[in-house]
Amino acid sequence: MTTEPINPHRPAGNQPLKGPRPAIRLQEPLLRLVVGLVVLITLFPLWWVFRTALSDSKQIFTHTGSILPVGFTLNNFARVLGLLTPEQAIAAGGTGQTFYFFRALFNSVLVTAFVVAGQVFFSATAAYAFARLRFPGRSLVFTLFISALLVPGVVTLVPNFVFMKDLGWLNTYQGQIAPYFFMTPLAVFYLRQFFISVPRELEEAAKLDGASTFGIFWRVVMPLSRGALATISILTFISAWNNFLWPYLIAQDPKVQVLTAALATFRTQSPQGSPDWTGLMAGTSLSMLPPLLLLLVMGRQIVTSLQHSGGK
Amino acid sequence: MFILPALIGFALFYAWPTLRSVSISFTDWNMLSPARPVGLANYRKLLSDAVFWQSLKATGVYVLWNIPLQTLLALLLAVLLQRFSRNSFLRSVVIAPYLLPGVVVGLMGLWMLNPELGILNAALGWLGLHTQPFLGSIKQAMPTIASINTWQYTGYTSLLLYTGMQSIPVSVYEAARIDGAQGGRQFFSITLPLLRPVMAFVVITSLIGSFQIFDTIAITTQGGPVNATRVIVWYIYEQAFTLYNMGYATAIAVVLFAVLLVVTVVQLRLFRADSSDLE
Repeated sequence: MTTEPINPHRPAGNQPLKGPRPAIRLQEPLLRLVVGLVVLITLFPLWWVFRTALSDSKQIFTHTGSILPVGFTLNNFARVLGLLTPEQAIAAGGTGQTFYFFRALFNSVLVTAFVVAGQVFFSATAAYAFARLRFPGRSLVFTLFISALLVPGVVTLVPNFVFMKDLGWLNTYQGQIAPYFFMTPLAVFYLRQFFISVPRELEEAAKLDGASTFGIFWRVVMPLSRGALATISILTFISAWNNFLWPYLIAQDPKVQVLTAALATFRTQSPQGSPDWTGLMAGTSLSMLPPLLLLLVMGRQIVTSLQHSGGK
Repeated sequence: MFILPALIGFALFYAWPTLRSVSISFTDWNMLSPARPVGLANYRKLLSDAVFWQSLKATGVYVLWNIPLQTLLALLLAVLLQRFSRNSFLRSVVIAPYLLPGVVVGLMGLWMLNPELGILNAALGWLGLHTQPFLGSIKQAMPTIASINTWQYTGYTSLLLYTGMQSIPVSVYEAARIDGAQGGRQFFSITLPLLRPVMAFVVITSLIGSFQIFDTIAITTQGGPVNATRVIVWYIYEQAFTLYNMGYATAIAVVLFAVLLVVTVVQLRLFRADSSDLE
C-alpha cells in the first residue's frame, strides 16, 4: 500500500475534480486486472454468440471449448436470412425455418419510432401542464398518474389484451404501439421535474410578446429542455426496443412481428431435443447488432441518460 | 388540452384495465363465452393451489439470489468505476448487457450453459471440476437464471450507484482524511451511509422488477424442470394465454400487486428513502 502524505499547503488545483478520492486504495496493477476481468466477463458472452454463429453446425458438437469459430462459415447467417434454398439450408444444419430478420428489424424500427415519438411528445405536453398550467384537479390527476408507477405490468396485461382483441388489433402495428403511445408515468414524472426547474422569465417574456401557450411550450420550453428530452427518448427507446411480452402476445404474424418476438418464435420452433444452435446464434447475433451499434455511436449520451434514470 | 392525450392513454391503458383486472378476477371467463360471476372462488382456489404456492416460492428463490448478488457486485463495480472515473469507455462496456433484449440474453445463457455443449462446462472441465446440469436441474435452474439476469443488470445498477457516489461532496472525504480515516473506513462510514437514498431507489426498483421476471424464463426453461422455475408471472401467462382461465389469471395478478405494494411500503420505511443525510 502506498499512501500519499497529506499536505495542507498543496494547492486545491491538484485535487481530482471529478468525484472524491477512491474509497479503497489498492495497488494499480491489481485494480487494472480486476477491470480487465470485468470487461472480459461482460464481452466474452457476446463474442461467444458470434463465434458460434460463425461455426460449422456439426463441428460445434466436437469442439465445445474452441475460442475461435470451428469450421468458419457464413452459412448460418445466410440460411437464417433465407438466402439459401431450403435444400441448401437443411444441408447446412438448418431445420428449414427462416428468421425474417430484415422484416423484423423494419417492424422493430417502426414500432419503436412511433412509441418514442408519441410517448415523449404527449408525456411532455402533460408534464408541462402539470408544471405550469392551472386547471381544476391538477394535483389529484398528477397523484393518480404517479400511482400508476406502482401497478405491475402483468396486472393490466389481460384487460389490455382483451381490449386489443375487441378492437380487432391483434397482429397489427397499432396493437403493439397503442398502450405505450400516449404516456408512461415515468416519462411524465421525469419531464415535470425538469420543466419545474426551467426559469420562468423566458416564458413570461414570450407571453408579453403575445405567444400562445402552445407557442411558448413549443418554441421556448421544448428547445430549452433538449437534454431532458434526449434522456427520456433514449430511455423510452431502450424499453420499447427490448419489450418482449406485449408484442409477443399481440403479434404472431411474421409480417408485423418485432425482433424480440421473432427471435423467441424462432427459438420455440427449433426442435427441443437438438436445437439448431448455430442458426439460433446467428439470429441472436443479428438481434444484438442494433443496440451494440447504437452504443458504439452514441455511448456517452446513453451512459448519461441512464445515469439520469436513477431518480434525479 | 395539453393533458388530454396523456389522460386518454392513462384512462384506457392504466386506470381502466387495473379496475377491470380486479373485476375479471371475480369471474370465470375463457374469452369465448360470457364471463360468469363466481365471487371469491378464484381467490379461494389460490389458497389450495399447490402450483401457485410453488410459483411464489420459485419467485422468492429468484429474488433472494438475484437481489443480494446483483446489489453486492454492483456496489463493488461502482467503486471500481469511481476509481476509473475518467474512463468513459469502461462505463459504456459495463452497460452493454443492459441494452440487449432479455430474449437475446436468455438465448445466450441457454447456449453457454448447455450441459453437454456449453462453454462453461468446457471451462469447468479444463479446471478439473465436475460439469454441472445448470438449467437442467431442479436445484440449479433458478440460481442459474438469477445469475444470467445478474450478468445483464449489474452494470446498469452499478452505474446508478456510481452516479450517487459522484454526488457525495469531496469535502466530506477531505474532512475524513484529515481526521485520519482511510480507504475501507471511508467507504463504510461515508460512502455507504450517504448513498442510502440512491441505494433505496436501486434496491426497490430492482426488487419490483425481480418479482416480475418473465423474459429469461420464457426463453430458457418455460417453468421447468418440473415446477422449479414456474415463477408467478409465467404462471399468470400460462393461466391466461394457454389455458384461457382469465379470471384465475387476473386473481393471481391482483395478489402479486398486493404483495408488491406491501414490499414497497416496507422497503420505503426501512430505507427512510425520502430523506437524505446530505442536507
